[in-house]
Amino acid sequence: MKTLAQHQQDVPGKVATRWDVMLLPWVACIVVALVVHFASPVLVNEYWQNVLRRVGVFVIAAVSLNIVNGYAGQFSMGHAGFMAVGAYVAGATTYYGSLLLHGSVNDPNFYYQGIGLMLGGIGLGCVVAAIAGYLVGLPSLRLRGDYLAIVTLGFGEIIRVMLELTKGQLDNAAAVKDAGAKLLIHLNGPSGFFGIPSYANLFWIFLFVSVTCLIAYRIKYSSTGRALLSIREDEIAARSMGVDLTKYKVRAFVLAAALGGVAGGLYSHIGANPSPTDAGFQRSFDVILLVVLGGLGSISGSVLAAIVLILLPEVLREAQQYRLIIFALLLIIMMIVRPKGLFGVKEIWELDWFTGWFSGKRRERKAGAK
Amino acid sequence: MGIRIRVADFVQTLIAAIAVGSLYALVALGYTLVYGVLKFINFAHSDIFVLGTWTSLTAAVVITNKMGIEPEHAPWWVAMCVFLLAIAMCATFGYCIERFAYRPLRGAPRLNVLITAIGVSLLLQNVGQLPGKTVAESGGSPAATIPFGAIPRNMPALIEDRVLNETSVAEGTMAGGSKRGTVKLDQNLTIEAERQYRIEYVKPPAADAPAGAQSSIETLNVVVAEPGTIAAGEEISTQPRRNAKDVEGTKYRVLRSPLVPIRLIDVLIVTGSIGLMIGLQILVFKTKLGRAMRAVSHSVETASLMGINTNAVISFTFVLGSALAAAAAFLYPLKYPLVNQTAHGIWVLLGLKAFVAAVVGGIGNVRGAVLGGFLIALIEFFGSRYVSTELRDVYVFGLLILVLLLRPSGLLGSTAREKV
Repeated sequence: MKTLAQHQQDVPGKVATRWDVMLLPWVACIVVALVVHFASPVLVNEYWQNVLRRVGVFVIAAVSLNIVNGYAGQFSMGHAGFMAVGAYVAGATTYYGSLLLHGSVNDPNFYYQGIGLMLGGIGLGCVVAAIAGYLVGLPSLRLRGDYLAIVTLGFGEIIRVMLELTKGQLDNAAAVKDAGAKLLIHLNGPSGFFGIPSYANLFWIFLFVSVTCLIAYRIKYSSTGRALLSIREDEIAARSMGVDLTKYKVRAFVLAAALGGVAGGLYSHIGANPSPTDAGFQRSFDVILLVVLGGLGSISGSVLAAIVLILLPEVLREAQQYRLIIFALLLIIMMIVRPKGLFGVKEIWELDWFTGWFSGKRRERKAGAK
Repeated sequence: MGIRIRVADFVQTLIAAIAVGSLYALVALGYTLVYGVLKFINFAHSDIFVLGTWTSLTAAVVITNKMGIEPEHAPWWVAMCVFLLAIAMCATFGYCIERFAYRPLRGAPRLNVLITAIGVSLLLQNVGQLPGKTVAESGGSPAATIPFGAIPRNMPALIEDRVLNETSVAEGTMAGGSKRGTVKLDQNLTIEAERQYRIEYVKPPAADAPAGAQSSIETLNVVVAEPGTIAAGEEISTQPRRNAKDVEGTKYRVLRSPLVPIRLIDVLIVTGSIGLMIGLQILVFKTKLGRAMRAVSHSVETASLMGINTNAVISFTFVLGSALAAAAAFLYPLKYPLVNQTAHGIWVLLGLKAFVAAVVGGIGNVRGAVLGGFLIALIEFFGSRYVSTELRDVYVFGLLILVLLLRPSGLLGSTAREKV
């Protein structure tokens, strides 16, 4: 599989615009989403489809966090805060938007406009989360890495406290019209925003999942990605090579926050009521766990970790109370035995043992070495 | 509100802030010590603190239960035992965590150590609140268990809190035959506005009590309608008292509450923590071990070349930090008795505040942590008293971001650039 950069190297002289290389992946994203959307009802029942939607949301969360924690090696611990920002903005857009435009929420006649509202809301949530990421990242990323961890942890907590202070939800169009800009403070306090229609079906979830993975993949093999990886390996060396540390760190952080906002936006549209606790550190830890176990810097690692760690508790219902203990032990043992995570910075198709399975290259290489 | 009341209110907030600030400072010292030698945030430190509170609680219940007494009437050495047990427990855990989780990662990238610290923190939190095995039944309240279970508990009042600076405004002898809700005064009593009055008297053991029963000090709150003078011989109405006959002839005192109450627990917390901080100062700056710690903090490699057993020094630093956290953990539930389950968010928040204190003061700097602890508590308490209670956590992180922007290495931190 060739990367974009390799394709461009193949072209002598002027870099030609390769429409097939640029467009094909996006088409592939839509195809993946369609396949999942139409195949899963045949294969699994309603319950597991819901689990699958949750998996999708956490894949986006993990892959986006991987951009800052994995590629850039900056430890953000407030990803849940950005997700919550996205979730509330998108959820409120859909909910209050439907009330304003149609007078009621979750009306089948309003389905397609509802989808439009959801997409608009997710976009808005993405932008707001990105702005929040910029505001949080700029001061703390100038400093040593550890401060970022603590500032982002604090950011998540501030978001949680702010959300808990909001007032009750409005439930009719007249009240929404009266409230105007004050709608921002009607997010239903500690009990969480409810009643958001679950418009995000498997198609939308997996469209966003594959687009997120594509963005993350493209960035990894771009000049930005190389700059980020060099920052992660050695900041001083990176700086002496002319990498603007703060610029790239902030870029990664804002991107991660924006995609985290998308994950949150989808989360509020799969029938899960976003609540202030979703902004807390417990949720952030969950996402960090996925990134670390999958491999810091490995997209496929994050995806796999998200799939396994979300599905595992579903399968092992009895072991619910030991879930976090097992995960914590896994984390410690992983750091001691295999500090780079399952796949390290590599993707699954770049691993020798994986490609060896298919091509038998490994056996050849071993034979060659003898 | 009169100016006197306002000043009193201000001073009261100040006292509360200093008491809590000294606890923050004790915990912050643990963060700063570890950061000083190993240059990473020990996320498990707040869980060591929680372990300390739960150990205190469990030990208090077990000891008083085995002795067959009420915690309120426990002699002073029981509190001392509980205190030492908490320290021993936390120090052991601190040592083990360093030995088995962090030492294998010596020399690994900082990020990995940070992640391990989060792992250790999660592990302690979740093991701590597993349903436990009962070690002591306690009458009425839930039994003490190990691990501690997922139900919040109340710390038994090992040291009974009382106001130290009450003034005695009248004395007398309990008269016989007075009504249950009144006490006859022997002296004139002037009632002032905005003060509380109570009557303290010694209750002798009941006639049918078993031999060896002790007399106890009882208190009655005075119900006062309005300020003025009550002449001697008149009766003053109080809350109803039990067994009026038993107290006939015993001495009583009328006590007036001060404008600014100084509580025993606050005094204990402040003196205890300041004593420990002074001890730490002496240890770090005046002893050979302290010099070794400072050397390791400066550079682990150079220190080991100078013949310092760096591993031992690092272990000692963990033990020291954990012991300080344990001291804070013993004092904290005496002031705020509700002890939440180990994975409760409030503990992480408390640990975060202490860490913020360490960063604000300049992480790695022992005096900075103390300064930061007091500063954080002052901002938190005055902010919540005079601006808004709900935003108390927001002030703390606001201060952190402000300090990071203006003075990235903290108030007392040194600005050393990282070199190759």
